[in-house]
Amino acid sequence: MTTPDLLGKILQVVMGLVVLAAVVGLLIFFIDKAPKKGRDYWQLGLFLLPAMLFVAIGLVYPAIRTSFLAFQNNAGEWSLDNFIWMFTQPAAIRTLINTVLWVALAPVISTVIGLAYAVFIDKSRGEKYYKVILFMPIAISFVGAGVIWGFVYDYNGVGDQIGLLNAIVVAFGGEPVQWLQTDPINTILLIVIMIWIQTGFAMVLLSAAIKGVPTEQIEAAELDGTNAWQRFLNVTVPGIRGSLVVVFTTISIATLKVFDIVRTMTAGNFNTSVVANEMYTQAFRASEIGRGSALALILFVFVLPIVIYNVNVLRKQREIR
Amino acid sequence: MSSVAPADLPIDKELADGEAVELAEREPGTKAARVKKRLTSRTATIASLVIAVVWTIPTFGLLISSFRPAELIRTTGWWTILQNPGFTLENYATVLFSSSSSSPQLGSYLVNSIAITLLGTLITLVFAAMAAYAFAWIRFKWVNWLFIFVFALQIIPLQMSLVPLLQIFSTWLRPMQAWLHDVVPIIPEQNYLPLWLAHAMFGLPLAIFLLHNFISDIPADVIEAAKVDGATHGQIFFRIVLPLATPALASFAIFQFIWVWNDLLVALIFSGGTQDVAPITQRLAELVGTRGQDWQLLTAAAFVSIVIPLIVFFSLQRYFVRGLLAGATKG
Repeated sequence: MTTPDLLGKILQVVMGLVVLAAVVGLLIFFIDKAPKKGRDYWQLGLFLLPAMLFVAIGLVYPAIRTSFLAFQNNAGEWSLDNFIWMFTQPAAIRTLINTVLWVALAPVISTVIGLAYAVFIDKSRGEKYYKVILFMPIAISFVGAGVIWGFVYDYNGVGDQIGLLNAIVVAFGGEPVQWLQTDPINTILLIVIMIWIQTGFAMVLLSAAIKGVPTEQIEAAELDGTNAWQRFLNVTVPGIRGSLVVVFTTISIATLKVFDIVRTMTAGNFNTSVVANEMYTQAFRASEIGRGSALALILFVFVLPIVIYNVNVLRKQREIR
Repeated sequence: MSSVAPADLPIDKELADGEAVELAEREPGTKAARVKKRLTSRTATIASLVIAVVWTIPTFGLLISSFRPAELIRTTGWWTILQNPGFTLENYATVLFSSSSSSPQLGSYLVNSIAITLLGTLITLVFAAMAAYAFAWIRFKWVNWLFIFVFALQIIPLQMSLVPLLQIFSTWLRPMQAWLHDVVPIIPEQNYLPLWLAHAMFGLPLAIFLLHNFISDIPADVIEAAKVDGATHGQIFFRIVLPLATPALASFAIFQFIWVWNDLLVALIFSGGTQDVAPITQRLAELVGTRGQDWQLLTAAAFVSIVIPLIVFFSLQRYFVRGLLAGATKG
């Protein structure tokens, strides 16, 4: 990086800040000087103007247009070609199957491990530090996590294995494996990365929920002579059901949209592609806009029911409190 | 409520509660019960220790390796560091400062990440706060419907926007960028503008929703009193609403900061991938593709890219948790 480069970048940021301040200043000026007639409408409109403009250009119009593009072929004619491709081509079907596999595994395993860990460390000494350890990966980017785990999965053709996983395999007398090139274990290993990231999220939420279960209930169950497992199953789990659902659905949504991990680790090669990755590949690498749009639409259709369910649960939770 | 209920429990307080309960539990019970409790807690302790160790080892290995000489990384596992000692800062020097064309040159990408994140967060925050204020305190019937509509936009996956938005940007923004480059030559033709705008666009629905929840909780008396005193909406917004909403602003700012910093998809589509604009995540992903076996570079580069969010995470954990829980469904 040369000095002019750096100056150019700093200048851009300064200009960005100045323009932002000017826009806000101007808006507020007009808001306060709005004409007497229909004053409230003017003021409301000006307060909302930038945000609504951004949302309209960045989300509303594109979403509608993508929905149309999904039903057009490359010549711009209306057709169902993109969807026929998606449900008949082996590579595309594999993408869908992989996505289903991701959603079947990552949310369940993250939630179960997160819950178990939250229960184990509950009220233990150093709980705070235990929490930080599991929660830390959530601040790490998927790309960074990809490098971290890529190193674990490394395969060395000659000499000692420097990847932890292969070193363990060799230590137990096995042959080292090219993990990321081997179908279907590679998809599972990518899912492990997702689990690694999401478990901390599940744990923090569930841990807080567990602390919300009334102690009287647990003590009462204890007096009735139940063991720890029975108490967990019959008192704690029902007490945190709402949080369990939120955690599970939230991780499901994140998993459906997973892109960075697959992109970084395999770019979707070796039969590891998922819908979000294939959408990028088709639309921006292969210039198959229609197919990319169809995949985006499918993603939307997958996510929609989960989000609606999630919002409903959240709303009920809030009403109860 | 701006977030899922449990998020409001600060972690420090939980610890204090935990200790209190622990003390209470030391009261003598029956002998059998005590033994049983200790046994389950011992299994639990071991299990949680195992999970904690498994979760830490990959990152730990990366950190250790980033300080080892290339030759040692290539030939020996990082766990043999005691048998094969070696320490070097050269990996970091190479990835950050080396200017040879084949090296990662992370310095400029790091600057890009900071620039993108700074305004990508700020623009979202300012416009969202303005909209949230209007939604909460300037009341009209149809405004509620508009608010519900904006809230509902959160369900649109990013992928639905990318193709049309890129077309819009290349039609309308590209000429502006070219013009700016002509007027101020040190600003490259590829600049940060598309990324700032895209991040703001994608961040706004969630930001408006969260800030609205908080801002609408401000007591009506406060706002009314200011109005009676002759304050304009602009004054109320800057002097009363923004200061009172600081905790919510901070929570969302941290969430958006981490989100923008760690983003890869938006960068891939809108940055053009050059040193002028691309953030560090994009460069790192690129390095994995091109230099996949040069672990001395990858480990150091990965650590450079994750260290800033980690610092934010450790120093502002409480806000971070809140923002994260609230924004978990974004994207």
